[in-house]
Amino acid sequence: MLLISALITGLGLGSMYGLLALGFYVTYAVSNTVNFAQGSTMMLGAVLAFTFGVTLGWPMWIAVALAIILCAVWGVIVERVAVNPFVVRGSNSWLMATVALGIILENVVLFTFGKDPRGMPPSVLTTEAFYVADIKIQPLQIVIPVTGLAIAVCMQYLSTRTKYGKALLAVVQNADAARLMGINVTVAILAAFALSGLFAGIAGVLIAPLFTISASMGTLFGIKAFAVAILGGITNPWGVVVAGLIYGLAEASITALLGSTYTQIVTFSLVILALALRPHGLFGQAAVKKV
Amino acid sequence: MKRVLSISIGRRAAVAVFVSGLAFLLPAVHDEARAADPIKIGQVAALSGPSAQSGEAITRGLQVAIDEINAKGGLLGGRKIELVQRDDESNPPRGLTAARELIFKEKVAALFGGLDSPVSLAIVPLVNKEKVPFIGVWAAATPITRNGTNPNFVFRVSAVDEYVDMRLLKHASEKLGAKKAGLILINNPWGESNEKGLKAADENNPNIEIVGIEKFENNDVDLVPQLTRLKQAGADVLILVGNAAPGAQVMKSRERMGWNVPVVSHWGISGGRFPELAGPTAGDAHFVQTYSFFGELNPVGQRLLAALMKKYPEIKGPEDIFSPVGTANAYDAMHLLAKAIEKAGSTDGDAIRQALENLGTHEGLIKTYNNPFSKDEHDALGPDDYVMVRYEGERIVPVK
Repeated sequence: MLLISALITGLGLGSMYGLLALGFYVTYAVSNTVNFAQGSTMMLGAVLAFTFGVTLGWPMWIAVALAIILCAVWGVIVERVAVNPFVVRGSNSWLMATVALGIILENVVLFTFGKDPRGMPPSVLTTEAFYVADIKIQPLQIVIPVTGLAIAVCMQYLSTRTKYGKALLAVVQNADAARLMGINVTVAILAAFALSGLFAGIAGVLIAPLFTISASMGTLFGIKAFAVAILGGITNPWGVVVAGLIYGLAEASITALLGSTYTQIVTFSLVILALALRPHGLFGQAAVKKV
Repeated sequence: MKRVLSISIGRRAAVAVFVSGLAFLLPAVHDEARAADPIKIGQVAALSGPSAQSGEAITRGLQVAIDEINAKGGLLGGRKIELVQRDDESNPPRGLTAARELIFKEKVAALFGGLDSPVSLAIVPLVNKEKVPFIGVWAAATPITRNGTNPNFVFRVSAVDEYVDMRLLKHASEKLGAKKAGLILINNPWGESNEKGLKAADENNPNIEIVGIEKFENNDVDLVPQLTRLKQAGADVLILVGNAAPGAQVMKSRERMGWNVPVVSHWGISGGRFPELAGPTAGDAHFVQTYSFFGELNPVGQRLLAALMKKYPEIKGPEDIFSPVGTANAYDAMHLLAKAIEKAGSTDGDAIRQALENLGTHEGLIKTYNNPFSKDEHDALGPDDYVMVRYEGERIVPVK
């Protein structure tokens, strides 16, 4: 019985990992590149929402919407500054460049937002609560997993049922052929990075009321989300979200059953074990590389 | 290319000659200035980061005390005290670097520490090696002062984990009627120091027993699983050890679970914006302090409050003094140090240490100190000097 509240926690955190991991998925699916600093984009979402909504006192819905949009813009900037210049030269240095850009972002936030962690004021999402068989549930604990799953559904629909989605996926298979078919490859890749930033921004504003807002809040999240993306098989949107939920649930139940000392040791060991057994992730398929 | 090189070497040589020329002049200038040379006192504390408020609170206490001492003509025949600050960012290696810089470059006569026990623990071996008195005004880990070094240059005007732990369990059992304590501790050396202290306190307190021990990390978002384990173990009180931001995550998780268990906390939570971070349940945590500016103040308290209000206009009354223990401890510690320097008659580290160990009586803020330190006791405050308080909005008020 008591385990159930731990599992609700796991579901919430798991959907966050999944949401960030979807950001890895969407750019990888289109361009075979990722923004390694997804965690800092998430932090940007939370920091901007706090700044607009609390420091400047704007209505919260405007603050949240603007924060998410600016995260999408940040995604585009990351692609232009840290990914594209290296990819066009056939270099893999975008790996390091995105990490570096993330660190720069964190330090700019330290400098402007300050080093003092801040807390979102209480809202109905956390002050109201309902009980299911003695288990207390806050609305936010429902909103988070529902948002994560809804976005996964949208991605699945977008990529398999619409011409935009098919165009995006065509880019990664053969960029030149896609270009000949009238697909604007540059725009497709930028759109993917914008979506990636958008997802991280959504994760940021969702986690803000649960967490303390500071420049370093996204670092560990970003690492876990990347583990989740790999675990899920980075090529499958459902896979990464489900892997996120599995990771979150495993983390929470290990803490609840074995104690917090074992959490990181056991979860990351499980990640290694899972990848050893299924090198392409739990839900991924081996990519065929033609030479 | 060659020509450029030779020019630059030439220039460097010229600079070297100039500098060595200056060096000849230096001793003469130095001797004349010595009588008026300020006595530099160092401070290594978190001036930025999650615990930045704690550093600012310490600074205020030190600065008001220094102003008072300088206004009376300084020490050792007219030498003014000058505070030299370094930020440790709550990071032990940075704190150690900062302490080195203060000792070797700034040549401070003594230095004060900050909130973070891991930082202070990192500095202890350095000050004992270099024989520079190091006075802790916040960090409470027991081994900071009890470090096994002889002679020991580390002193403290603050709470000590060992004594605080006794007080926390006593408060839980006597005031709150709790019988089963669940410990929720930060996973760092400070948490470890308290785990030991609480276990020892538990053995000597027949009214309460520890039923579970859980750890948490600085960056943990959700502690429901840890708290669930403690609830399952039957805890009827939580003993919390952690700083403001992670401590707030404990309170939020407790609220999310709908668990109305009382919380008794070490004072780490008072080093930041705890009421804002923890939200509506911040006031549920009772925590320990060495001093409260509320209620009737002794003459020193009235004088300090007036001085703080004058120097920092945003302080309108006791409720505006954030992290009051930092200010109170630092204020008393600075005056004790000044007394020791005067008694030692020099800024020599070993002389100051011996003077601190034979200080006599000092009418301080927290209490009237009577030989606060001795060869074997380097902690000026004991369990009877602590008060239990809680947040009421942004104010820290005594628990009735």
